[in-house]
Amino acid sequence: MKHGKWPLIVTFLVPPVLLYVFFVVSPYLQAFQISTTDWLGYSADANPVGLANFKTLWHDDYVWNALKNNAILLGLVPVLTIVLGLFFATMLAMGGRKGSAGVTGVRGGALYRTVYFFPQVLSVVIIALLWKEVYHPNQGLLTSAAHAVGLPAPTWLGDPATAFWCVLAVMVWSNVGFYVVLFGAAMSAVPKEIYEAVLLDGASRFTTLRRVTLPLLWDTVQVAWVYLAIFALDGFILVQLMTNGGPNFSTDVIGVRMYDTAFGSETKFGYASAIGVVMFFLTLSVAVLSLRVGRRERIEYS
Amino acid sequence: MNRRDILRRSAAASLLATPAAGLLSGCATSGGGDKNDAETYQGTKSAQNPLGVKEDAPLEVVIFGGGFGEEYAKAHEAMYTEKYPKAKIKHSSTQEISKTLQPRFVDGTPPDVVNNSGSSQIDFNGLVSQNALAGLDDLLAAPSLDIPGKTVKDTLLPGAVEVGSYDGNFLVLNYTYTAYGIWHSAKLFADRGWSYAKTWDEHIALCKQIKAAGIAPWTYAGLHPRYMSWPLISTAIKLGGPSVATAIDNLEPNAWKSDSMRTAADAWHQIVKDKYILDGSPGLDHKQSQTAWCQGKAAFISCGSWLESEQKDVTPAGFNMTIAPTPSLGSGDKLPFEAIRGTAGEPFMVPAKARNVAGGLEYFRTMLSKKGAQDFTKKVASLTVVAGATEGVELPYGLSTVVKALDASGANGFNWVYNNFYRKLERNLIDAACGEFFSGRISPAEFLEQCQKGADSIAQDSSIKKYKRAA
Repeated sequence: MKHGKWPLIVTFLVPPVLLYVFFVVSPYLQAFQISTTDWLGYSADANPVGLANFKTLWHDDYVWNALKNNAILLGLVPVLTIVLGLFFATMLAMGGRKGSAGVTGVRGGALYRTVYFFPQVLSVVIIALLWKEVYHPNQGLLTSAAHAVGLPAPTWLGDPATAFWCVLAVMVWSNVGFYVVLFGAAMSAVPKEIYEAVLLDGASRFTTLRRVTLPLLWDTVQVAWVYLAIFALDGFILVQLMTNGGPNFSTDVIGVRMYDTAFGSETKFGYASAIGVVMFFLTLSVAVLSLRVGRRERIEYS
Repeated sequence: MNRRDILRRSAAASLLATPAAGLLSGCATSGGGDKNDAETYQGTKSAQNPLGVKEDAPLEVVIFGGGFGEEYAKAHEAMYTEKYPKAKIKHSSTQEISKTLQPRFVDGTPPDVVNNSGSSQIDFNGLVSQNALAGLDDLLAAPSLDIPGKTVKDTLLPGAVEVGSYDGNFLVLNYTYTAYGIWHSAKLFADRGWSYAKTWDEHIALCKQIKAAGIAPWTYAGLHPRYMSWPLISTAIKLGGPSVATAIDNLEPNAWKSDSMRTAADAWHQIVKDKYILDGSPGLDHKQSQTAWCQGKAAFISCGSWLESEQKDVTPAGFNMTIAPTPSLGSGDKLPFEAIRGTAGEPFMVPAKARNVAGGLEYFRTMLSKKGAQDFTKKVASLTVVAGATEGVELPYGLSTVVKALDASGANGFNWVYNNFYRKLERNLIDAACGEFFSGRISPAEFLEQCQKGADSIAQDSSIKKYKRAA
C-alpha cells in the first residue's frame, strides 16, 4: 500500500495548509507590511515610512504603560491560575483520604467540577458584564458584602488603585475552571498504584502534590503555562468590556492600545499594525521561552 | 507520540493562531483602491432635480443602531422612494460602524449614506484627512424640499454648518440639535422647595442644603468622566467668552491653562472637596449614574439633550427632567447665565467614493425637509437642525425645557469642536484627566496640566491633521 500514501497525505494536508496560509499567515505578513506604512485605514493610499512607526512606539508612554500592565499580568495570571487549578484538581482527585480506600476525591467532586467549569461555558462578554455588576460601586455584590460587615468598600473599577487587580481577579476566575478539568484529566492518567505507594510511605498531601503529582503532570502544566502566557499578553476582551483601559489608563493592555489606535479614537492602521507586530514577537518569545525553560526529562510509565 | 506530545504540539501550533487580536483586518491597502471601472450614478440637473439624482439609481443607507433606533431612517427612506419610486434602497443598521465599513472604504465601495455615530464611530480626523467624504455644498445651495423660497442652508439653525466643516469645507451633516447642560428633576426641586441656582456661590450653598437633606447633590458617569468636562469648559467660556473655546479647538499653546479655565476648574473643585458627589460615582458608567439620578439619589447630572430618550425606560412618571445652563461665576462673566452650549450632533456623511453621491445628498435633503424633520422629532423626541421644525409637534417635558433653554440662550449660545477635530483628545486624554480630577485624586492645577499635556501631544503628532476654526 506504499504507493497509496502520497495521495492520502496530499488530500488531507493540502487543504488545511492552504486555508491556514490564506487566513492566518497572509494577514500576518500583510500586518508586517502595513506596519511600515503611514496607512490611515480609509483610503488605499499608504506611504512607506520604514521603521518610523516602531520609533514612535518606542517613545510612546501609553504603549509602555500598557506593556507594563501586560508584564504584571504575565507574571501573575499563569501562576495564580495554575496554582489554583492544581489545588482544586488535586482536591477533586485525591482530597479525601477516608478509610482504607486510598485515593479518592472530596465528597461532591462531580458537582464542584461542574461548578468550576461554569465560567468556561459563559462567553467572555457575559463574564465581563457579570463582573461589571459585581463590581458596581453601590449595588454590587462586593460592596454590599463589605458594607454588611461594616467595612468601607472601594469603587473597584472606578479607582486606578483597585481597577487593575479587579480585572486580574476576573481573568484568573474565568480561567481556573478549564485548568481544573485539564489537570484533572491528566491526573486520572497517573497510575493509582503510585499514589497508594506514596500514601503507604506516609507522605502528606502537600508533599504528594509537590513530589509526585506535579512532576508527573509537568507537560500539561507547561502547556497551561504557554496558553495562559498568551492570554496574559492579550487580555483584550475582558479589559475592553470592563474598563476599556481606564480609569486614567490604569488597566490598559497592549491589545486595547492597538484596537483603540485603529478602530477607537484614531484610525492609524499603520501604527496599530506596528503595535500588532510587537505583540506578535512578544507572544512568540514568551511562548518559546516558557517551552525551553520548562523542558524536563519525560517520565515514562512502564 | 503520546497524548501529551499532541497537546504540546497543538499548543505550539496555536501560537501562530493567537492572539486573535493580532489580526487586524485582513484586507491590505493594496486591496481594491480606485475602482475606476465602477459606474457612478448621475442624472441630469434640473429645477425639479437640483442635485442631479438618477431616478432609478439604488441607494444604500447605513444607520447607527443606537438610542434613536432605525425606524426614523426607514421613514426617511420611504419619503425618498415616494419621490423616486424606481430607486431601490438598501437599508442596514449596525452599532459597529468602524469595523463594518472600514474594509468597504478601502475597497472603494462604501455605502451612499452613513450615520457615523456611537462609540464605534470612525474618527472624522482620519476620514477628512484621507478625502474620504463628499462635500455637501451642493446640498446647501439646493432649494428646500418643502419650505418654499428657501435653500437648504436657509432652513438650518445657526452653527449647523460650522460644526460639520473642516477648514471651511462642509463635509458632515449633523442632524440633531443638542443642548448640553446640567439636569435636575423639577418635581424633586418643587417638593423640597429648592430652586436652581444662577450663580456658583448659590449653587454651592444649594449643594450644601441638598446634602443636608440626605441626597447627594451630584453624580456623574465615572467611567466616562468627559461628561463632566462639558459643564467645566462651559463655565470657563461663560467667564471668558467664546475665545476660550476657539483657543482649545485650535490647539493654541496653554489654551487649557487660560485664566478662565483655571478659575472654572477651581470653582468645580469645590463639589469634589466638599464631597457633594454621590459615593461610588467614579465606578458608574453613564447609564448607571443616570439611573441613580432618576432614582433620586442625586440632584444634578451633566448630560446632553439625548438624556430624556436614553432614560425613557427608567424615569418615574412626573419626574419632569429639566435642563439648565451652568451657573455664572459672577458679574464679571462675559456671557449671561442663560448662555448654553448648543450644537448640531448625530453625524451623517456621504463617502466621496459612494456610487450614488447625488442620491445621498438628495436623501439628506429629504431628512432636512420640514416633513422629514418633524417626523424625526416625533419618533425619537429630539430636535433637528431644521429651524422651526418643532412647530405643531407636541414635545415631551424634558425636550420642551431644552427648547426653552435654547431660546433663552439665543445668540449667546456657544460651542466647541475639538472633540470632532481630535476624537482622541476628548475620548482618551481629557477623559482620563476628568476621571482623576472629579474623583479628587488631583488638584485643579494638575488637572489642567494633564489636559494641556494631552492637547500638546496631539499638537505635536505630525501624523494627525490639524484644523483651525475662525473665532
